[in-house]
Amino acid sequence: MKLKTIIAAVFLTLSITSLVSAQLQLNGAGATFPAVIYSKWFDEYKNMTGVQFNYQAIGSGGGIKQVTEGTVDFGATDGPMNDQQLAELKSKRGTDVLHIPTVLGAVVVAYNLPGINGLNLDGSTLADIFLGKVTKWNDASIKKLNPKLNLPDKYIVVAHRSDGSGTSFIFTDYLTKVSKDWESKVGKGTSLNWPVGLGGKGNDGVAGLVKQTEGSVGYVELAYAVKNKISYADMKNKAGNFVEATFTSVSAAAEGAAKNMPADLRVSITDADGKNSYPISGFTWLLVYKNMKDEAKAGALVKFLKWAMGKGQSFAMDLYYAPLPKAVVKLCEKNISTITANGKKIK
Amino acid sequence: MEKQRIKKISDLGNIGDLIFEKLTLLFAVSVFLLVLLMGYEMYSGSKLSIDKFGWSFLVNSTWDPVLEIYGALPIIYGTVVSSFLALIFALPLSIGVAVFLAEVAPPWLEKPLSFLVELLAGIPSVIYGLWGIFVLVPWIRSDVEPFLSDKLGFLPFFRGAPYGFGLLAAVLILALMVLPIISSITRDILKSVPRSQREAALALGATRWQTSLIVLKDAKSGILGATMLGLGRAIGETMAVTMVIGNRALISPSLFDPSYTMASVIANEFTEATSEMYLSALIQLALVLFVITIIINALAQLLVWSMSRKWKTA
Repeated sequence: MKLKTIIAAVFLTLSITSLVSAQLQLNGAGATFPAVIYSKWFDEYKNMTGVQFNYQAIGSGGGIKQVTEGTVDFGATDGPMNDQQLAELKSKRGTDVLHIPTVLGAVVVAYNLPGINGLNLDGSTLADIFLGKVTKWNDASIKKLNPKLNLPDKYIVVAHRSDGSGTSFIFTDYLTKVSKDWESKVGKGTSLNWPVGLGGKGNDGVAGLVKQTEGSVGYVELAYAVKNKISYADMKNKAGNFVEATFTSVSAAAEGAAKNMPADLRVSITDADGKNSYPISGFTWLLVYKNMKDEAKAGALVKFLKWAMGKGQSFAMDLYYAPLPKAVVKLCEKNISTITANGKKIK
Repeated sequence: MEKQRIKKISDLGNIGDLIFEKLTLLFAVSVFLLVLLMGYEMYSGSKLSIDKFGWSFLVNSTWDPVLEIYGALPIIYGTVVSSFLALIFALPLSIGVAVFLAEVAPPWLEKPLSFLVELLAGIPSVIYGLWGIFVLVPWIRSDVEPFLSDKLGFLPFFRGAPYGFGLLAAVLILALMVLPIISSITRDILKSVPRSQREAALALGATRWQTSLIVLKDAKSGILGATMLGLGRAIGETMAVTMVIGNRALISPSLFDPSYTMASVIANEFTEATSEMYLSALIQLALVLFVITIIINALAQLLVWSMSRKWKTA
C-alpha cells in the first residue's frame, strides 16, 4: 500500500508542476498498443487548441490501476475492465467509468514455411495447434483446409507472447470462443499458462522467433505484420469464408458486432458476424470518468473525444490502425454526451 | 596561551571527528534500513498470495494467471540452474583472463586488453540480448545443438528439438556477461598481491606457472568475492535472458528446452497484471528472489570468513 502512496505522490508533484504552466494539461496512462495514434492525436489536438495531453504508455493493467486510484484524468486499456474492477472503482472514486472505443486492432497468425504462401486456417485447428494436439504441418486437419498446398512433414513450433499483452488477450479470447477444449484447459487473459511453445517478448520477440524458426507459427499485431512484411494466414470466419486481415476486414468485424453491442461498449468482437469480418480483432478503449470534478478538464476531454471520433479517425489507417465503423462512432458519441462535470451537463 | 590554543584545536578536532563518525554511521545504518524496508514492503505486498499459497508457492509447478494458481518451482529452478551453469562456464575463463592480464601479459598488451574487458562489462544487456537473438541463437541452432545431440545425445542434458532458444542460449549469454565482471575484479586483486611474494617465489626457483599459483592462493578470498558479484549479476539479469531463454516455466534436464527466470517473469508480466492476487504473486516472486540473493551472499561471506580463519591458524 505504501508503494501506491509513493506513486500517487509522484504523480501529484507532476501535476502540480504542470499547474505552474498556465496551459490546461490532462494526464492519462495505459495501453501501449494504441500509444502511437494517441500521441499523434494529442499532438494534432494541442496544435489546434493548446490543450496538452500527457500520456504514459505503461500497459493496460497500469492504466486500470491508475484510473481506479484517481491519479490520472483518463486511462486506456486493450481489455475491458471486469465487473469487479468497475465496482471497486465506483466505491473508491464515487463515479462510474465509461469505456470509449477509439480504434481497432487485429491479431494475425504468422507462419514460417519456406515456399508456401496463402495458408488457410480455422479456429478449431488453430486452437488444436496451440494446445499441442496438432503437432505436424501435414496433419489431416490442416490439409483439409489447404487442399492445394504441399504441406511438409515437419513439426510445428509454436511461438507466443511471454509478456502480458492485449494482443494475447484478443487472440485467446478468440480461441476461447471457437474451442471448448481451449476454454476449459487454458482460457483467456493477458498472460497465460501456455500448453506448448516458446515465448518471445513483445511483437518483435514473437516475430523474431517465427522468422528464425522454420515450421513455426505465432501471433502478432496486424500493424506489426504489415510494417515488417510477415506472411500470415487467412482465417475462416463465422460465416465460413476465409478472410485476409486488412484494415477493412477488421472494421467490417466491428460493423458486424455493432448491431448487438451492449450500452457500455465493453464488448469483444472476436469471431464476429458478417461475411467479410476478420475474426481475430478487438477494440482498444479510453477509460473516462462519467462525472469529473474539474469542469475545465471535463470540457476539454469531451471536446477532444468528439474530435477523435470525427477528424481523428482519419489518421488511423496511416498509422496502421483500423478506424471505427460509423455505427460504432454513433454509439460512442451517445456515451460521450453523458459525461458530466460535478453533476452538470457539459456544453 | 599556547596550551589553550592546542586544547581548542583538539576540541575542534574532536567535534569534527564526532560529526564524521556519526555521519558515516548514519550512512551505514541507512543501507541496512533500506534492505529491511525493501524486505518488509515486499512481504506486505505479497501478503495476499502468501496467505493463499503459503509454502506451496515454492513447490508447486503451475503458473497460471487465468485460473490464478501460482507455483514458482520451475521459475526458481530456471533462475538457479541458468546462473550456476553460467558461472561454471565463466569462472575458469575469467580467472585465465585475469592471470594473463596481471601476471603474464607485457604492459603494451595489458593496457588495451584490460580496457576491452572493462568495455565488455559496460555493454547494456539489451545489446547482449539482440546479439543473442541474431548471432548466438542461430549458431546454437545450426551448429552447437546438432553437434551436441549427435555426440552426447545419450545424456538427458542434450536431447530434444534444436530450437536455438532455450536454457543453453541463456547460459552462454550469461557466462559472457559475467566474465568481464569476474575477470576485471580478479585482475585488480591479483595486482594487489605484494610484489615481494612473487619475488620470493622466483628467488626460490619457482617457475612462472608456480608463482602464479602462489599469487592465486593469496587472492583466494577476493576471487570468491568477485565470483559472488558475478553470480549476483547472473541471477538478477533480466533483459538479455528473457530475449533468448524461450520463456516457458518448465523443469527439464535438457539444456535445449526453454526455461524461465524470476527476473524475467516479473519484467514480462508486471505491466499487464490487473488482479490483486496476480500482482501479489509477482511480488512474492520478487521476495523469493530477494531471499535467495541474501542466502547466496551470506554463504559467500561465511566461506570467505572460514577461509581467512584457516590461514591465520596455518
